[in-house]
Amino acid sequence: MTALFAICATILVLSAIAVVTSRHPVHSVVALIVNFAALAVLFLTLSAEFLAMIQIIIYAGAILVLFLFVIALLTVGSDPVERTVNKLPDQAGEAVIAGLVALGFIAWGIRADWAPASAKPPADLGTVGNFGVQLLTTHVFAFEATAFVLLVAIIGVVMMAGRKEVKR
Amino acid sequence: MPQIPLAYYLDVSAAMFVIGVIGFLIRRNPLTMLMSIELMWNAGNLVFAAFARSFGDMSGQIFVFIVITVAAAEAAIALAIVVMVFRRRVDVDVDDISVLRG
Repeated sequence: MTALFAICATILVLSAIAVVTSRHPVHSVVALIVNFAALAVLFLTLSAEFLAMIQIIIYAGAILVLFLFVIALLTVGSDPVERTVNKLPDQAGEAVIAGLVALGFIAWGIRADWAPASAKPPADLGTVGNFGVQLLTTHVFAFEATAFVLLVAIIGVVMMAGRKEVKR
Repeated sequence: MPQIPLAYYLDVSAAMFVIGVIGFLIRRNPLTMLMSIELMWNAGNLVFAAFARSFGDMSGQIFVFIVITVAAAEAAIALAIVVMVFRRRVDVDVDDISVLRG
């Protein structure tokens, strides 16, 4: 169990670094798929079975395919690699410094003394059945709000990308 | 089955989140920037799931479900905006997009 966690955590961090350092967007997508697969295994170690499934099905299956479609659409016959000319020179160094400062704050925050973990989590934590019951009873309002968010997203995307011809 | 301490999950999540932040700031390609945002979403999801197990409460996992839905909506809308912008332009560089006019 601990070895599995160590392996997956290492893959998670390394693939995240690969996502942000790859020159080509397609390589970033492939690294992101590896990242999500490792994250799904971490969800399984947290006994979140349903989350592990939707992590694979929705994230790796739907969202990343959407990314791939857009990359294919945008980079037909052109060079997808970003240009080195940067209008904000020296941004990279300051960004890394800002990120490390943020990491320091987060590390300081998570050293807090959290309440000790409950000795034994309930046996049905994260199973599909319990998840469905919770989603449609206790958290039914959030579930309906989710449906509304998706409706707004669909309408917005159709309005923006489905326009016949942009006025010149 | 020994349980892995909560702090380990928080450490991994913090590292992943900060990699996402740095990636968002140093990259100029909008697609890679969106992928960095996805990294940050998922770092947050990992914290929610870790605390859900730690407290033995399903609410954290339900919230991860909602976060994934919102992330999907965000990705769809952001990619639609990217497609819209690059129908007019050929450059793939966010520094060149300085016009905000209908």
